[in-house]
Parts: sequence; structure tokens; C-alpha cells
Amino acid sequence: MGDLTNQQFYFLISVVKVVVVFAVLMTVLAYLQWVERKVIAHIQVRPGPYRVGPHGLLQPLADVIKLVTKEDLIPPHVSKPFYILAPFLAITFSLLSISVIPFGPPIMVAGRETYMQLANVNIGVLFILAVSSMGVYGIALAGWSSNNKYSLLGGLRSCAQMISYELPLSLAIASPLLISNTLDLRKLVDSQNGSILHWNVLHMPFPQIFSFIIFLIAAFAETNRVPFDLPEAENELVAGFHTEYSSMKFASFFMAEYANMITVSCMATLLFLGGWVAPWPAEYGSSFVPVAIFAAAGVIALYHGSQAKLKMDKLTFPAFGVIFLIIAAIFVLPIVQTWLLPLFWFCAKVGAILFAFIWIRGTLPRFRYDQLMGFTWKFLFPVAMLNLLVTGLLVALRP
Amino acid sequence: MLAEVPMSYFLTLSAILFALGVAGFLFRRSVITVFMSIELMLNAVNLSFVTFSYHHGGATHQGIEGHLFAFFVMVVAAAEAAVGLAIILTIFKNRQTLNIDDIESMKN
Amino acid sequence: MDVILFFVFAIIAVVCAINVVVQTHPISSAISLVGVMGSLAVLYLLLGAEFLAAAQVIVYAGAIMVLFVFVIMLLNAGTEKKEGKSLVVQLLGVPLLVAFLGIVAFFVQRVFPTTMVHFGGFTGGGVHEIGMALFGPYLLPFEVTSILILIAILGAIVLARKEMD
Repeated sequence: MGDLTNQQFYFLISVVKVVVVFAVLMTVLAYLQWVERKVIAHIQVRPGPYRVGPHGLLQPLADVIKLVTKEDLIPPHVSKPFYILAPFLAITFSLLSISVIPFGPPIMVAGRETYMQLANVNIGVLFILAVSSMGVYGIALAGWSSNNKYSLLGGLRSCAQMISYELPLSLAIASPLLISNTLDLRKLVDSQNGSILHWNVLHMPFPQIFSFIIFLIAAFAETNRVPFDLPEAENELVAGFHTEYSSMKFASFFMAEYANMITVSCMATLLFLGGWVAPWPAEYGSSFVPVAIFAAAGVIALYHGSQAKLKMDKLTFPAFGVIFLIIAAIFVLPIVQTWLLPLFWFCAKVGAILFAFIWIRGTLPRFRYDQLMGFTWKFLFPVAMLNLLVTGLLVALRP
Repeated sequence: MLAEVPMSYFLTLSAILFALGVAGFLFRRSVITVFMSIELMLNAVNLSFVTFSYHHGGATHQGIEGHLFAFFVMVVAAAEAAVGLAIILTIFKNRQTLNIDDIESMKN
Repeated sequence: MDVILFFVFAIIAVVCAINVVVQTHPISSAISLVGVMGSLAVLYLLLGAEFLAAAQVIVYAGAIMVLFVFVIMLLNAGTEKKEGKSLVVQLLGVPLLVAFLGIVAFFVQRVFPTTMVHFGGFTGGGVHEIGMALFGPYLLPFEVTSILILIAILGAIVLARKEMD
């Protein structure tokens, strides 16, 4: 490995990174759906997927097999080129924005330093905004090409909602950029280095709590999630813009929605919650937090395993307990601490925001369409602008 | 050789796009397609501006002026698209046609 | 490498532009125009205009063209009827165009023979430089365009609202 030139090493490591990120992303997309179904089920006091594999863990595999082997029919009255193009556009633009997200600090691979990021662009934040603006086309074309009034209405409403909520989203992104003073995603996280008081959400001169909340609300609308999911609600518009789609094309829209959720959660983490920076510095023991969490999870699983009522639970709970304890032991090893700990903090924050997405889906009813549009134009956009003005004023007055 | 593109290629591309925009503007009958040809012309002009900005280099203010002009062209195009599409909607509401040959009641 | 990139995206841009002019249904023209704008954004990156490339995708391809697609869907614009063109136009149109473009290319090549475009040749196109210029010497045009946008918003709202009786 030592005799590769820098350019060859860069090419090779980029290929490896693409493969790793793609594999991890596809797995996370599939299992995010499992997590969503389980969490919503427990909110509604029922077990959720339980039979396919232990605690339904093989349910995503069953879903994938079902979606792939279903008949992929194209209805005769659709306009074929756009019907086939639409899910392709949706999934392409959703997966494209993951390529600039940094997952951790620089690590040493085979003696050379590389970042845990696929590609670094000077205008990282603008790139993600641009790609999410282009994501509107997949939905618009899907709604239009299906030649069906419910799909057209759902597609048009969804597009109008997405472009209306892009305004408060952009203003909410601009406010922490004033404090961090850079658009480059790596430098954005480096500017929040330190402790939780340096994260942009709590950074003086003006804690960005309001823009964090506005960003999350706008992100819910951008990804068409409850409470803003009228365009794809099942009891309102049949299924909205993806009524006429089946099998892999439908799966593409689903994957695109979850990939969008992951992208906006990563953006919220990088912009507001400090990326991979731990809440308090490592000197004061923040390295032991993941150990503590996983060890506690392992102990709880073992306890429930000893008290299990079902025969299957007597086997699966102790197995999970042992797995959690092994993971806790891995976190203690010093050799992995340089790269595993920041990755853990990043994933923990992204996971918390994704849990908030799922929690709100299980809890809130949905907005009516005119309430939704009135909310953004009459409340969210002026508040975001006011927040930007106050942030700018306080940053300019900072000595 | 493979690492550099002569600047004149960019300007030729801009001329091609502009000519195609003019052709679309003159020969198409639907109002919306005429409007889209106008946007194509504006894009071609933006490419020219940015190419000349590259020619001047980035050291002085002259270098960035091309980018700024292209930026203002974009802003004006956005404003014009908004108003133009509102006009198209009103025309459609009143005359139920999008063919510019049929919208001629101000003639003669 | 830069030459390959330039030719790939220039050919995509020209093919999509021809598509805009030739297609009968407005929505095919609109999607082809989005393709033109995307390839132009890549060419801006080659010319070192990072901010402008992002602005092109965000503003032009992501907002203005969405507006066009909206209006086409709302109005349910159908395909155009083909009008008869005179024989002179059909025979002479394309060759004249190609000849005109050849003359332009020749003269342009003579005036600017030496400037070569490559990645990294222009470093002043980042957000910082554009910001310093927009809020520095060019503040007046910036403020005037904001008033222009306000006028456009008012105009669009007045034109498109329903009549209140």
C-alpha cells in the first residue's frame, strides 16, 4: 500500500468509500422502516412485526423480496417516458445528497489520512439545497404522467408544499451559517468543536433554537411526513402521486422518502447539533457514555430474558443482551476510539432526530392543505426571516 | 492536451444555444414553448458572461463582474417568469387557447 | 479529463436544447430545458463559478422550471398542431444556421486564441468573493433587484387572483 501514488490511493479509497456507504445506506433504509413500524406499533400499544424472524427483524427482507418479485405492470393510459423517469429521478436525487455528508473526523487508513466523507465540496450546504430542490421533479412527473386526477392533485399539492417550505428551510439554514461563517460541511463541524455550548443550537451570541425548530418543521414538510403528508395520505387521495405505481417503482418512491429523511436529519445534525462533537470533551469522560448505554441495554435485555414468558423470548432476549455487551466492550478498546466514538455521536444524534420524526408520525394528526400553506406563508416564513435578522444583528455587533 | 479546453469552445456553445433559442422563439406556436425559448436564450448569455469572467481572471474586480451580471440575469429571469406565467394563466382563462396565432384581438 | 467533461456536457446541453425546440408537447420541452440547465451548471463548475453553479440549480432548475411545469400541468397544455412551413425555410434553415455558427466559431477562435479553461484556473468564484462584491461595490444593483422581485410578486398576485365581486 505504501507505493501507491497519492492519486491512485485517492481513487481506490473513494471506490471503497462508495461501496461501504452504499451498503450501509441501503441496510439503514430497510431497517429504518422496521424501526418505524415497531415504534409506531408500541405507541399504539401493539407489538408490530413479530413473526418474521426474531421480533420481526427479517421483515424488511421479506418486504424487499415481495416488492422485487411483484409484477411490474405499466398501466396502458400513462405517458410511458415520464412514468418510468419519475421514480428514477426521485431516488437519484435523494441518494445524491448523502455523498457530501461527513460522518466523522479524519481517520488514518493504511498510513494516509482521509475523511469519512465521499466528496468534499466548498459549497456543501448549497449542494444539498440544490439537490433537494431538484427532488420536486420526481413527484411532479409521477403525479402528471399517471393520467389520473387523484395522482395529479396529489402531485401538484406535494410540489406546491415542497417549494413553499423550501423558503423557511433556506432561511433556517442561513442563520447558523452566519455564526459558523462557512459553507463547507467539514469546517462547519469544526467550528462547533468543544462542548455542547459550542454547538450551533446553543452558540452565543444567539442560540439557534428557533432556527432549529423551524428547520425541523420545514424538513417534515419537505419529506412529506406527518403532519404534512396530505399529498400521500391514504384516506384522502387514494395514495396520492404513487397510486399507479407497483413493485420496484413504488419501492423507489419509498426509498426516496426514507433517504430524504436521513438526509435532512444529517443536515440538522451538522448544522445545529455539532456533527460528531461530543457533548462534553473527552477529558471529562464522554468516551464512556456509549459504553454505559450499551452495557445498560445489555443488562436490561438479559433481565428481560430471564423473566420472559414466551419460549422464543427466552432465546432472543439473552442473545441481544450478549450482543449489546460485546458492543460495549468494543467501545472500551482504545484502538477504535479515534474513529468509532465520533461516528457514534453522529449516529446517535441522527438517530434521535429520526426517532423524533417517527414519534411525531405516531402522535399528530395531519394538517389540511390550506392550513398547511397558510402556516408556511403567514407564520413560518416571517419568523424565519426575523430569526435571520436578529442573528445577523447580534453577529455583527459581536466584538 | 486533455486537461484544457480552449475558451472559444464555450463561446461557440453559447452561440449554438442562443441560436436554438431564437429558432424556438420564432417558429413555435405555443406560448409556453416561446417562453421557454426565451429562458434558453438567457441561459446561453449567462454562459458567455461567465466565460468572459474567466478570461479576465480572478485577481481584480473585473473578474467577478461576469459572475455578478449572470446572477442579476438569473434574478431578472425569475421575476419575469413569475409575471409572464401569471399573464399566461390569465390569457388562458380568458381565451381558452395557448396558440399565439389565436391571440390577436389587438391587431388591426 | 476536462475536455471529456466539457464535451459530454456540451453535447447533452445541445441535444436537450434541440429537444426543447423540436418536441411537440410542452412538458417534454420543459424537462429538456431542465437538462440544459443542469449541464450548464456543470460547465459553470468547469469555469470556476461555484456559487453560480449552485444558484443555477437552485434558482433556475429548481424553482423557475418547477413553476413552468406547474403551469403546464394546471393548464393541461396539449400537443401543438403542426403548421405548414414554406419549402424555403425547411430546405435552407438548418444549413444556414450551421454556416452562421461556423463563421461565429471561426472568428471567436481568432480573437481569443490563448485562454485555456481548466479546473482551478479561476479561483475567485466562491461564495466569499461574490458576497464581498455584492455587498460592497455592487450594493445598489442588489437592492434594486430586491425591489424588482417585490414588484414581480405583487404583479403575479394581482394577475392571478380570482375576481372578487
